[in-house]
Amino acid sequence: MSQPKRGNAVPCYHCGEPSDPPVMAEGRTFCCNGCRLVFGILNENGLCSYYRLSDTPGTRQDDTPTNDRFAFLDKPAIAERLVAFRNGNQIHVTFPVPSIHCSSCIYLLENLHRIENGVQSARVDFLRKEVRIVFDKSMTTLRQVCERMASVGYEPAIHLDAMDRKAAKRPDRGRIRRIGVAGFCLGNIMLLSFPEYFSATITSEPKLVPFFRILLLSLALPVFFYSASEFFLNAWKGLRQKTVLIDLPISIGIIAMFLRSAWEVTSGTGPGYFDSMAGLVFFMLVGRKFQDFTFDSLSFDRDYKSYFPIGVTVSGRDGERVVSAYDLAVNDVVLVRNKEIIPADGILDGGSASIDYSFVTGESRPVAVAAGETVYAGGRQLGSAVKVRVTRRVTQSHITRLWSQGEYRKQPSRYQHLAHTISRWFVGATLAIATSAAVYWYVADPSRSLHAFTSVLVIACACALALSPTFTYGQMLRLLGRRKIFFRNNEALERLADVDTVVFDKTGTLTSCESLEVSSETGLNKEERMMVASLARNSTHPLSLQLAGSLGDNGNWMEVRDFREQAGQGVSGIVAGRYVKIGSGRFAGTPEKRLSDTGTYVNIGGKTKGVFHAGHAFRPGLESLAARLRGMGYRLSVITGDHERDRDRLAKIFGPQTDLRFNQSPQEKLDYVKSLQAKGHRVLMVGDGLNDAGALMQSEVGISVSDKVNNFTPAADGILDAGRLDRLAAVLRYSHSAIGLIRTGFLLSLAYNVVGLSFAVQGTLSPVVAAILMPVSTVSLVLFAVAASWIRGKQLVGT
Amino acid sequence: MSAIYVLLIVSLLVAAGFLVAFLWSVNTGQYEDDYTPSVRILFDDPADDSTSGTEPSETASPPNDSNPHH
Repeated sequence: MSQPKRGNAVPCYHCGEPSDPPVMAEGRTFCCNGCRLVFGILNENGLCSYYRLSDTPGTRQDDTPTNDRFAFLDKPAIAERLVAFRNGNQIHVTFPVPSIHCSSCIYLLENLHRIENGVQSARVDFLRKEVRIVFDKSMTTLRQVCERMASVGYEPAIHLDAMDRKAAKRPDRGRIRRIGVAGFCLGNIMLLSFPEYFSATITSEPKLVPFFRILLLSLALPVFFYSASEFFLNAWKGLRQKTVLIDLPISIGIIAMFLRSAWEVTSGTGPGYFDSMAGLVFFMLVGRKFQDFTFDSLSFDRDYKSYFPIGVTVSGRDGERVVSAYDLAVNDVVLVRNKEIIPADGILDGGSASIDYSFVTGESRPVAVAAGETVYAGGRQLGSAVKVRVTRRVTQSHITRLWSQGEYRKQPSRYQHLAHTISRWFVGATLAIATSAAVYWYVADPSRSLHAFTSVLVIACACALALSPTFTYGQMLRLLGRRKIFFRNNEALERLADVDTVVFDKTGTLTSCESLEVSSETGLNKEERMMVASLARNSTHPLSLQLAGSLGDNGNWMEVRDFREQAGQGVSGIVAGRYVKIGSGRFAGTPEKRLSDTGTYVNIGGKTKGVFHAGHAFRPGLESLAARLRGMGYRLSVITGDHERDRDRLAKIFGPQTDLRFNQSPQEKLDYVKSLQAKGHRVLMVGDGLNDAGALMQSEVGISVSDKVNNFTPAADGILDAGRLDRLAAVLRYSHSAIGLIRTGFLLSLAYNVVGLSFAVQGTLSPVVAAILMPVSTVSLVLFAVAASWIRGKQLVGT
Repeated sequence: MSAIYVLLIVSLLVAAGFLVAFLWSVNTGQYEDDYTPSVRILFDDPADDSTSGTEPSETASPPNDSNPHH
């Protein structure tokens, strides 16, 4: 038996994986035939710049894709849904390609036309991992394009969500345009206002004054009618739903400024407040843009549809046909090939399957399923193709039912209520002050009455009110994002400050899928442990390697003779003259009554010596995280689909008051969150996997933990890189401190408003005062919000 | 003093030209992907692609190291 060599193998020229055994071609070393084939295609087509742009840019080609993997694309009903745009024979499509990761990927995909005739252009959007392809349908087909991409290692990920994708989502170009127009007008208005404020000469030239003012008015028109339109629309929408949004006081201010200024200009009584108005609109738009910061490479909206196959192969009496997953009926027999996802719950129809449910449960070890047993939607078959008889339709399956329970609506947080209350209060107070000023002056000096009324509306600027949350949260989203803690939007952060209960999932969230740890219930002595390690070392099975790693501490390996490996069962061999078997209970000859569900049994010389449990290792820093959360007054729960084996350890980590629940189905997790909410708690759910999806959606804030942030994550308000789980307490504290920062911002803006209003009610507000006060208050507030939230973030969350 | 009318109109027209250029750049999607073009510009012309010299050069480094979203 030769020892497997690891670490010193030559890296594959294509993908950089160790090539063991190496496959040689053209003087280069490859790890497998798949990689060699890709190299062959690229070499033939003169695309070897691929290998020059970055080192070993490829991804390992484990298996050549089966021929009919993309057969569903020949079905017009499916193909039609994928096409974004068509122009005669020209077809435009956009595919997500998850394997895009370096500049070579961009190079290769954008040169797709050189390996596939008929492709006219391909443009990669690197951050979104998408490629837009234009091809001529008279020369190639959608299916051929996809197969070609798959053949060079860039398989487009076409999932069920492509079927009901509405219009391709475009980023908001409108807002950038409105900011551009407002900025252009603001700059020119400020410039053209200078002579009015500071020049004595202008007043001696009677014809110049109206000329300047008319220029100001015409520059203000696009700001008022185009750039500011979104505030008016939002305010109107709010009013129709009988709520006062922050847009309403802003709109009142803008309209008052515009009408007053337009009247001043047309009646020749003054220059108006166009500069203040344009400034207000510009800064408010910039603030919203700053807040609507998005992470291009992440998606917060994924559900099972982003992941389930779009077309499935149904085998019937008349051979195989491809249908859309939605059209699957009960009792259809679906063919599930290697690495394909099971689209619906069903019963394994003959053969045996090995199913990886990691997307569902977070547990990455495959589960063996025998014929006649149930398989659940969302599992991925590993190994040869199997047939599954569907027992429930796609939308009715164990997992997918979570989504068919109607809309999940997040309740607005207390702080959103606060913002609404302040807006309402602000509108009321402004109108009251304006009216009383008008009434006062109507009695004292009727000519100044209207002037005082409009002055109050002009200067009582809601912008500070709106700007401090937008800039504070915008800055927080960025700062956290740079630390691999991603939140969907400002509302998620707002709700986070409101949470009083934290619910954790276990597998994949508190434990890591990547590192296993071995716990033993064995009475092995030192020599016996070494025997087991030496035997295990000969196998490449992950469990064996783990066992060898944890037992064989000093590397004094013993010689193994007669090594045998029985796939899926265990390994056996003669070590130091004794026959050693490691494997499943049945394989190791353990008496039935001692068998538990999992575990690796050891048999030395015909006697069962004990059992090893390979469990997922808990992530580091959990004790201190739990202690900090408890110290901050949070109620903690752990809810898992797993059995109770880890109860003691969890109780030790989380403390005795923590509610620990085991053997919970996805539905029970969702109901648990609901029951907490019914008791008046506000819940932060921390989970991963599709089985937490319901609870993540139902909770006030759902955070999904991911080992690889760009990989699959279920719909959530936040995505947390698994390495940052220990920062959760700091993030919660940060969300609290944001509320304080925003309140400080409100106070500052209140102070500015008092100064401005004192001029306004006296009827002495001049455009110069407004022109100075407006930018000073805005800029100082923005600086305060950005700087303060940055400093607090640095202090709390660290680097 | 009539020169100032002409000058003001001309200066506004020049500024409007830049505004139009900005709007054009927004409409052609230049604000939507601000990363890929910076890589694309580094690609050689197709004429240079050949099997010769396919050994990765010392200077070529994967750009994903510098990309915070990656």
